[in-house]
Amino acid sequence: MAFQMLLNFFLAFLWMFLKTSFTPAAFVVGFFWGLVILFIFRSYFPDRFYLHRVVAIIKLFLLFIKELILSNLNVLKHVLKPKMDIKPGIFALPIDLQKDWEIMLLGNLITLTPGTLTVDISDDNKILYIHAVNIDDVKESVDSIKNTFEKAIMEVSR
Amino acid sequence: MIEITYEFIVGLFIVVGGLLTLAATVGAIRFPDVYTRNHAISKSTTLGVTMILVGTLLYFFLFEEHFNSRLVLAIMFILMTAPISGHLIGRAAYNSGVKLAERTVTDELERDRKKGKQANSL
Repeated sequence: MAFQMLLNFFLAFLWMFLKTSFTPAAFVVGFFWGLVILFIFRSYFPDRFYLHRVVAIIKLFLLFIKELILSNLNVLKHVLKPKMDIKPGIFALPIDLQKDWEIMLLGNLITLTPGTLTVDISDDNKILYIHAVNIDDVKESVDSIKNTFEKAIMEVSR
Repeated sequence: MIEITYEFIVGLFIVVGGLLTLAATVGAIRFPDVYTRNHAISKSTTLGVTMILVGTLLYFFLFEEHFNSRLVLAIMFILMTAPISGHLIGRAAYNSGVKLAERTVTDELERDRKKGKQANSL
């Protein structure tokens, strides 16, 4: 991805030199044509066209904002309930991610999901220990954590 | 008319942010143990402070026509660091042996750690 982006910048500068106009507008136009050229030659690169990854990152960010708001509503619900009927607990969640930064991102996302908080990571980076504020309704949402977050992160790193 | 809409949006952000921070404080008093308190604090204050900062950013942008990029940086830093500090506080509490609340149902971390110790001693 970094190589394709660098090539795109290089093509944008090339465009500026060809036009002999060194303005931000010329850079943007050159960047756009560079993007088109990279898209035409996408099969020559070992990894996929880098805009896919940019879109995946934006999707992950929107997911993050959505989960942050949902988790706040969840906390608000527990805090303002007159009777405290929570059932906290720590459960283990096996993960498939391998790289360190992916696991860090997943841990952070889980910390900001409704009712869950990452407490520890096993030494071999295969299991996340998650503290849940209400273990009954979290057990079901484990699947959704696995499907949405892990998939979204894999989409970025693929 | 447009002025009033702007004021309403900015006010909404700041008031909701303030209320969320208040709710986090109430949660810190009401919840039974460190871990559940950590839940309330690390989530509600993250969004609360972020919303107050977004409200400030919008106020200066809409009424003073001044885009303060430091506020954007502050929002990014808070969103990145708050969950990590929440995780580290929980982890430090667990490792130094802070007890979970009475009503806690399961503790699979303790189970797995015991298993690991047995495997090491064999």
